[in-house]
Amino acid sequence: MTSYAATPARVRSLPRAWAFVRRHLLTVYAALALLYLMLPIGVVVLFSFNDPVGRFNYTWEGFTLDHWLNPFGVPGIQESITTSLEIAALASLTATTLGTLIALALVRYAFRGRGATNIFIFLPMTTPEVVLGASLLTLFLNLGVSTGFWTIFIAHVMFNISFVVVTVRARIVGFDRHLEEAAMDLGANEWTTFWRVTLPLIAPGIVAGALIAFALSVDDFVITNFNAGATVTFPLYVWGAARIGVPPQVNVIGTAIFAVAVILMLANVLLQRRKEHA
Amino acid sequence: MAFVHRHKGLVPYLLLLPGLGFLALFFVVPAYYLAHTSLQTGSLDAGYAFTWAWENYTDAISTYHEQLTRSLVYAGIATAIALAVSYPLAYWIAFRGGRWKTLFLLIVIAPFFVTYLIRTLAWQNILSDNGPVVEVLRAIGVLDDGERLLATSTAVVAGITYNFLPFMALPLYASLEQIDERLIEAAEDLYASRLQAFLRVTLPLSLPGVVAGTLLTFIPAAGDFVNAELLGTPREAMIGNVIQSKFLVITDYGQAAALSFVLMAAILALVLAYTRALGADRLAEAR
Repeated sequence: MTSYAATPARVRSLPRAWAFVRRHLLTVYAALALLYLMLPIGVVVLFSFNDPVGRFNYTWEGFTLDHWLNPFGVPGIQESITTSLEIAALASLTATTLGTLIALALVRYAFRGRGATNIFIFLPMTTPEVVLGASLLTLFLNLGVSTGFWTIFIAHVMFNISFVVVTVRARIVGFDRHLEEAAMDLGANEWTTFWRVTLPLIAPGIVAGALIAFALSVDDFVITNFNAGATVTFPLYVWGAARIGVPPQVNVIGTAIFAVAVILMLANVLLQRRKEHA
Repeated sequence: MAFVHRHKGLVPYLLLLPGLGFLALFFVVPAYYLAHTSLQTGSLDAGYAFTWAWENYTDAISTYHEQLTRSLVYAGIATAIALAVSYPLAYWIAFRGGRWKTLFLLIVIAPFFVTYLIRTLAWQNILSDNGPVVEVLRAIGVLDDGERLLATSTAVVAGITYNFLPFMALPLYASLEQIDERLIEAAEDLYASRLQAFLRVTLPLSLPGVVAGTLLTFIPAAGDFVNAELLGTPREAMIGNVIQSKFLVITDYGQAAALSFVLMAAILALVLAYTRALGADRLAEAR
């Protein structure tokens, strides 16, 4: 009797032990994957404090704060950052306006061609950047337009529109239209309703779209490389420096951009949390 | 406003007009000019002329088929590794992430917050000849004393994998997160082993994420030239490197444009074959 009762228990405990091991295997695997994702970021931050011997910032030579105290101490780097920020501000503003209008049309209206528009919006995102950049360059070449600040601006608006549409659309899908109807019932006309009710409600989605557009614009290298002419954005500066040795100041700027992006993301998450709890 | 009132059906088209107009001008029209350029011959000094130069295509393929194949192979390997790394990670975040899910997802997309070129340069540090990775591999005998990691195909594939991995992990997470855990419990209640439940329930339900992630990783990876340039040598040159240098250095616009179309065609063919092989059969089975 006792042996009969003991057998199933042991049989049951075996898979439980196996499940225990497997659960932890998965956790260990996930932890290693997360570490792997963070490793190069750590390296970028670490080497912003490096005191390299010679032009190449490859191996660790010693700790210094010099580059943080003097982030623009290399000729050309400050101008390139200014250019990048100017283009990002203009391009994200334009792309956000155009993209939000498309997102509104796609979410709020049933119209002929809606499916085709949805597919069309995906095309720029699924085309390799090298092809996007090259085809835009052939347009400018054939029309005799010399490339520079404004062709970079056009390129950035072009690839950002789709990302804005996707981001804004995701945020306004769950929008409660009864609020608008209530405003209209209370005597507001369509224009007032849009400015006083619709826009404030979808504003977080628009801000998210604008932030993504800004980030993609500051980060873009490939498409910019094709349409920049003599204009130098920050990624183009890094590309040029990569051949002759990247100064640690590039790591300082990279770390700063990372920090700003993380702070904005965390602020966004916390705001969302607070709203959900309220 | 009165006009809008009378023609309500026009409102969506008016909203679409500026954005789609911009994309028509700077996305669709350039595709036409790329096609036009791909049939041109000439040089920067002598000028370019449209001559129906189909030989641009045949020449491009016969001269650069090696770089083209290499791009597709590198992109394929990188996509497979990214899937192998991301799937368990996305699964763990979706089902075991608990209240820290958002934080883990932030870590997954964190690489995107570091400028693309800078995070690729970080791999130069990590894989450099006197770096820790090479020293460990030498100590355990995987690498011989003179062997390097930097400037090899391993380094290029490693860079591509890292750079595009979030494109794989995010759609995987999105599809896994949507799975109703009661379905997996039901399978286990019906005497499926955990492995069976995974293979017959979880995996098929996550296939849309696998397909989306694979495409979002493979397509940009196949066109990339940054990793081959910064982590490889001309021996590891990909088709993107050829297109880039032909457009911006050699100004051989005709062949460069032809190569762009060859790249697009190759990607399109592989994507169609892949979605047909995986999508049609398996997704139907899952239903």
